Amino acid sequence: MGLKAILQQKKKAIVKDWIDLVIDTYPGDSSKFMKSKGDRFANPVGSTISQGLDALFDGLLNGDSREKMMDMLDPVVRIRAVQDFAPSQAVFFIIYLKKLIREKLKKETKKDKIADELAELEFKIDELSLLGFDVYMGCKETLFSIKANQEKTKIYKAFKRAGLVTEVEEIGPEPGELNI
Amino acid sequence: MSDLPDADEFIKIDHSTPSTGWMDTPAKIRPGMYCYASNYRSVEALGLPNARRWNPLDDDWQIPDNWQQIFLEGLQERLDKFRSLKIFMDICVRCGACADKCHYFIGTGDPKNMPVLRAELLRSVYRNDFTTAGKIFGKLAGARPLTLEVLKEIWYYLFQCSMCRRCSVFCPYGIDTAEITLLGRELMNLLGLNIDWIATPIANCYQTGNHLGIQPHAFKDMLDFFVEDIEEITGVNCEPQYNKKGADILFLTPSGDVFADPGTYTAMGYLILFQFLKEKYGLDVTWSTYASEGGNFGFFTSHEVMKRLNAKMYAEAKRLGVKWILGGECGHMWRVIHQYMDTMNGPADFMEVPVNPVTGTVFENASSTKLVHIAEFTADLIKNNKLDLDPSRNDNLSVTFHDSCNPSRGMGMLDEPRYVIQNVCNNFYDMPPSTIRENTFCCGSGAGLNAGEDMELRMAGGLPRANAVKHVHEKHGVNMLACICAVDRAALPDLMDYWVPGVDVIGLHELVGNAIVLPGEQERTMDLRMEPLPGMEDEADE
Amino acid sequence: MNSSYIFSLILVIILCVVAYMGGNAEGLRLVFGVMIPYLAVFLFVLGFLRKVLGWAKSPVPFSIASTCGQQKSMPWVEQNKLDNPSTTFGVIIRMFLEIVCFRSLFRNTRMRFHKSTDGVKIAYDWEIFLWAGALAFHYAFLVVLLRHLRFFFQPVPWCIQVIEFFDGFFKMEFVGEVIDIGTLQIGLPGVFVSGLILLAAVIFLCLRRLMSPKVRYISLASDYFPLFVILGIAVTGIVMRYFAKIDIVGVKAYTMGLVMFKGTLPPENVGGIFYIHLFLVCVLLACFPFSKLMHMGGIFLSPTRNMTGNTREVRHVNPWNYPVKTHTYEEYEDDYRDKMIGVGLPVDKKE
Repeated sequence: MGLKAILQQKKKAIVKDWIDLVIDTYPGDSSKFMKSKGDRFANPVGSTISQGLDALFDGLLNGDSREKMMDMLDPVVRIRAVQDFAPSQAVFFIIYLKKLIREKLKKETKKDKIADELAELEFKIDELSLLGFDVYMGCKETLFSIKANQEKTKIYKAFKRAGLVTEVEEIGPEPGELNI
Repeated sequence: MSDLPDADEFIKIDHSTPSTGWMDTPAKIRPGMYCYASNYRSVEALGLPNARRWNPLDDDWQIPDNWQQIFLEGLQERLDKFRSLKIFMDICVRCGACADKCHYFIGTGDPKNMPVLRAELLRSVYRNDFTTAGKIFGKLAGARPLTLEVLKEIWYYLFQCSMCRRCSVFCPYGIDTAEITLLGRELMNLLGLNIDWIATPIANCYQTGNHLGIQPHAFKDMLDFFVEDIEEITGVNCEPQYNKKGADILFLTPSGDVFADPGTYTAMGYLILFQFLKEKYGLDVTWSTYASEGGNFGFFTSHEVMKRLNAKMYAEAKRLGVKWILGGECGHMWRVIHQYMDTMNGPADFMEVPVNPVTGTVFENASSTKLVHIAEFTADLIKNNKLDLDPSRNDNLSVTFHDSCNPSRGMGMLDEPRYVIQNVCNNFYDMPPSTIRENTFCCGSGAGLNAGEDMELRMAGGLPRANAVKHVHEKHGVNMLACICAVDRAALPDLMDYWVPGVDVIGLHELVGNAIVLPGEQERTMDLRMEPLPGMEDEADE
Repeated sequence: MNSSYIFSLILVIILCVVAYMGGNAEGLRLVFGVMIPYLAVFLFVLGFLRKVLGWAKSPVPFSIASTCGQQKSMPWVEQNKLDNPSTTFGVIIRMFLEIVCFRSLFRNTRMRFHKSTDGVKIAYDWEIFLWAGALAFHYAFLVVLLRHLRFFFQPVPWCIQVIEFFDGFFKMEFVGEVIDIGTLQIGLPGVFVSGLILLAAVIFLCLRRLMSPKVRYISLASDYFPLFVILGIAVTGIVMRYFAKIDIVGVKAYTMGLVMFKGTLPPENVGGIFYIHLFLVCVLLACFPFSKLMHMGGIFLSPTRNMTGNTREVRHVNPWNYPVKTHTYEEYEDDYRDKMIGVGLPVDKKE
């Protein structure tokens, strides 16, 4: 049996542990809620993580394209990018899959034939974790640009359209500041 | 090998289950989750206590030495004045029904954002100093003394609540976290602990009449500019009236509609509607530069500041001698109008019971306050067939509707806006039932939290809402999120940018403005955003 | 917070031991049988009144109903009269359903549609058990309480007998079965369903608090304490009725003595279990007004539920409304007059 077949067989157990791992990074009382089987509207974090990781695992096995993997990675990392995590913690779960797989495949890894395949898969996981950083940075950049452009894209833009920008500067402080 | 923690340790850092109870786990104020401290000039402008420079990240918040006394006396005063507070402090049984109803808890996973625990932060102090059981049994009865650490923790989480009231819907005793948050913030304001995104708008509003601090001439310039744009789009001059004595109706709307995109397009919608009614039925509406703010960030500060800012509405109506007031699209503005205004600044006996002069409909539900919501007004017009509408102009839009928290759970206006939407556009899809109407999820930025510096909090808190939008976006191709709230119009575009790119945000009356066929208008090729109307892509290019 | 339930548990066990020893000590029967019950009732009545009057003393300055449905607006818009009432009658119905059916709690239990690979599935939240458990607990408690009124009336009023009849409805069946099997348990007294439901519900609520990390995290010692006390009351009550079979006639003479202020002591042979039962009831009564159990009274006064939603139609008066400093139009015009005139805005004073 090749590595892919073995992993497909053990998918359920591996993915479950993977999901638990990610969710257990939340405080205990919250993680229980996120593990609950509430619908995706009552519990978006939990459901996004479980769906996302499930799809990622399949993607890894099927050798999906870089774009596709990024799409699957995106929702999970996007959530973690606005939560209370250091960047490394936000994407650490990807690399951790290597450990999980080795644990689950203790018996099988002794066979040489799989070792090669496993090394290859682990390299793919490494790649995936680098992609994770790309996604994470993309999310953070979106956040920063939203922050930076907040005034500009809304109030300032409206003022500029109205040709009021210079006048406002004459009046005094920037819009939004105290003006007495 | 190296000093790096091993894999299991690594992922658990900071996030292992707190072995200590919540009382013994102090809050860590984290950038991205809190808003900047109030500008001392703004605090001064309203004569509020303890104006000074301070920073939430500093150890020393520069509060008076007797801050505990001020806080506890303030709490006593509010317990004596508000039965709600007294009861909500006493009767929570910690059943946990509210816990997973809060969008901030769902999005951040921080257990102290469970409404019950957020309230317990204050309740523990209440028990310690105001109840027999707390005084005798202390921590066992859930009491803890008010230390500086506790104060900071209460502050941090009071400003992670958007007063949306979703938890109160599910509470078996109707405990309303919004009430606790408002009164808690009052206590914080006694010590000068406001955030700037609230403090500066209220100071501006007090002085100039609106949150952005726009002076009367700039206000008019801005509306003049909309008039020019509308004329370019429709060929009709929609010049409004300002501060006009003896007008029939005074129109008030949040200043965000006048000064911030995409609210500005909603304001253009109002102008088109009023022009249509003026031309066809002689409707006499005036805008005001003095009462140029419908919103009321005082509501996020204290009952007193709320009243001070709200007073302008009736004062201006009285000065101008209007018959009644029409209110624009805004969330918390309508909570204040619906549940506070008449009590605070009424009775409004100098006005008449609102009657729609076009349809003759008597708005009995507004007979005392004399304020009618523009969605009610427009729904009434459409129901009576008084508007000429061409909904196909919105055919490029596939719309869903976000119920704002306050008009939903502090008023109950759920069907009127939907009725309007369904008459001005052809593609409307509601989000799942557990996320709309009285169950609606907050935009994540309400109650003065729509600043830039707390973007992580806003994005996490807005996740449940965005998640439901994403669902209809994927399922029905929804590309436009309609709303009736200026904070939504400011906050939701950011939220969509982050979570559901491809969905834009629109005010209800921008949709109306697009659909209304003005008497004598030229053939429109552009919508109010000056983008080509469906089927007009070629004409608009010329 | 792990210590909080252990503390409550130990406290309740100590209380049981104290009561057991006190009941068996010759000299203390007056204390445990008469003085403590009177004291407990006194504390309960006084504390309850004090609390409710304390609440009532604070005014309701604003009308802040949580509107959980469509408002009353134009006639053709259908109002949700239950969740957004505009009349006192509507409020009464809303409160009735809230108090009698725990309607808000029931909102937690909406069924949900799960989409999975094998089609749409309907599922109920775990939380339906909170609603069901709470409902079972409160009603069982109420029935048990009403049944116990038979100890305080002579003759027993018919309504209590009716309750007993229905509560003991399963008696026949149970006894019948027993006879069929032909065991020796024919003499078993009729089984009251309420007592068993109460016990089961209390155990469920305890377990929920302990097992659900979310609820456990927010629970205080004062949340576990009443549960353990009630658990103790239920267990001792059941033991006395079905196993220890205490001298009911003697007990009734004793309780009637309490009612008549005769100071009758409990029967000599009544046993320690009875004292535990009685003492825990006293503890519960005495603690009631000082604990969260006051939610029983508070729910009637909760302003988000007991007010109408038509606040634009009927003005609510705030008794302490006071004038505030505002920025008047005159001041505003003084500040900006030139600018207003400059763009052609009308002003009150030209100069």
